[in-house]
Amino acid sequence: MALPAKSSTDEFIKGLWRENPVFVQVLGMCPVLAVSNTALNALAMGLATAFVLVMSNIVVSSLRSFIPKQVRIATYILIIATFVTVVDYVIQAISLDLYKALGAFISLIVVNCLILGRAEAFASKNTVARSIMDGLGMGVGFVFALFCLGAVREILGAGTLFGVQLFHDSFQNWVVMILPSGGFFTLAGWLLLFNWLEQRKAKRARLATLSEEAAR
Amino acid sequence: MTSESLWSIFINASLVNNFVLAYFLGICPFLGVSSKLDTATRMGGAVTFVMLVSSVCAFGIQMLLVAIDAPYLKLISFIAVIASTVQLVEMFIKKVSPALFRTLGIFLPLITTNCAILGLALFQTNKGYSFVQCIVYALGAGAGFTLALVLMAGLREKLELAEVPDVTKGTAMAVMLAGLLSVTFMGFGGLGG
Repeated sequence: MALPAKSSTDEFIKGLWRENPVFVQVLGMCPVLAVSNTALNALAMGLATAFVLVMSNIVVSSLRSFIPKQVRIATYILIIATFVTVVDYVIQAISLDLYKALGAFISLIVVNCLILGRAEAFASKNTVARSIMDGLGMGVGFVFALFCLGAVREILGAGTLFGVQLFHDSFQNWVVMILPSGGFFTLAGWLLLFNWLEQRKAKRARLATLSEEAAR
Repeated sequence: MTSESLWSIFINASLVNNFVLAYFLGICPFLGVSSKLDTATRMGGAVTFVMLVSSVCAFGIQMLLVAIDAPYLKLISFIAVIASTVQLVEMFIKKVSPALFRTLGIFLPLITTNCAILGLALFQTNKGYSFVQCIVYALGAGAGFTLALVLMAGLREKLELAEVPDVTKGTAMAVMLAGLLSVTFMGFGGLGG
């Protein structure tokens, strides 16, 4: 069980920033890079993944005392695959355009390491309520990260955001941002920003302890 | 059924639409196992083998599912087959070469969650390839994956000796390298026709 000091709000908050699945843990990279060429695609993909994450966390944690240890990974994957099939058909029913844009990547949510990782590392050891909070937090963190990438790529690559023109006509689109390599570069940019923030925080903490000691 | 020539399928899968650098499939092992050239080559081999076996299985399953009219079982049955293939390969490698088993470590079971393999199974079904075309497609995808992994590992081995700013160490640097490789691979566009 997790430490009693941690409230379920903490479980929710940690996924947003401190343990952000994409920027800090670097999990579930494939869909992050592949469908983040427009903000709308990124948002839809993020929501679909978050839904599967929460649902599979609920089922895994409620079945956690029945699943034999030896076949747990296979069981988790089957649970996840079931929910992904549901999402696949739901998206197809709601918007065929979106379904075509996301393509095989909806099915590929099954093999998103983030979902299996949370099932194995968290849901299989915690109560249903905590697992829901964990899934929600990680899911929102994932949506946030995907949106960051998608927005940057769409603004620079097409000069639009959610299809709305942002710049004057003379703006030259950075075509490379829409292409696969743009995904890598944008992600690298965000990772650099996160590293830099992290380092600055560590440096400040070090300075604070030093000045404390000096004061003493 | 498509009439694409086998050669063009191979070139398309390995270079033009490289699974890692153009489709972003299999990024996790690509970033995780690419720090040593030796490990990268072996990982590429293991993935290619699993791709080949699961491609053949996926072809059979697809025929069966069409016969019994149950397309909604596609995803579940594909992933179950891939998981068991990986288990098989794991036991095989453990028996034949324990040293390799230890080097690959956690990444061997993780081939199960390698999207490149499930992606391959889904794409070949969507494209309606025949049996021989499927095998060539799997070989091409495997070759492309190995190529990307080996190139990346070579670059990262060189980078070990280079002085880079602290901020860029680790994943950020790897992702930037991948971006550059991806730009290079765009040069192959139009090659497969």
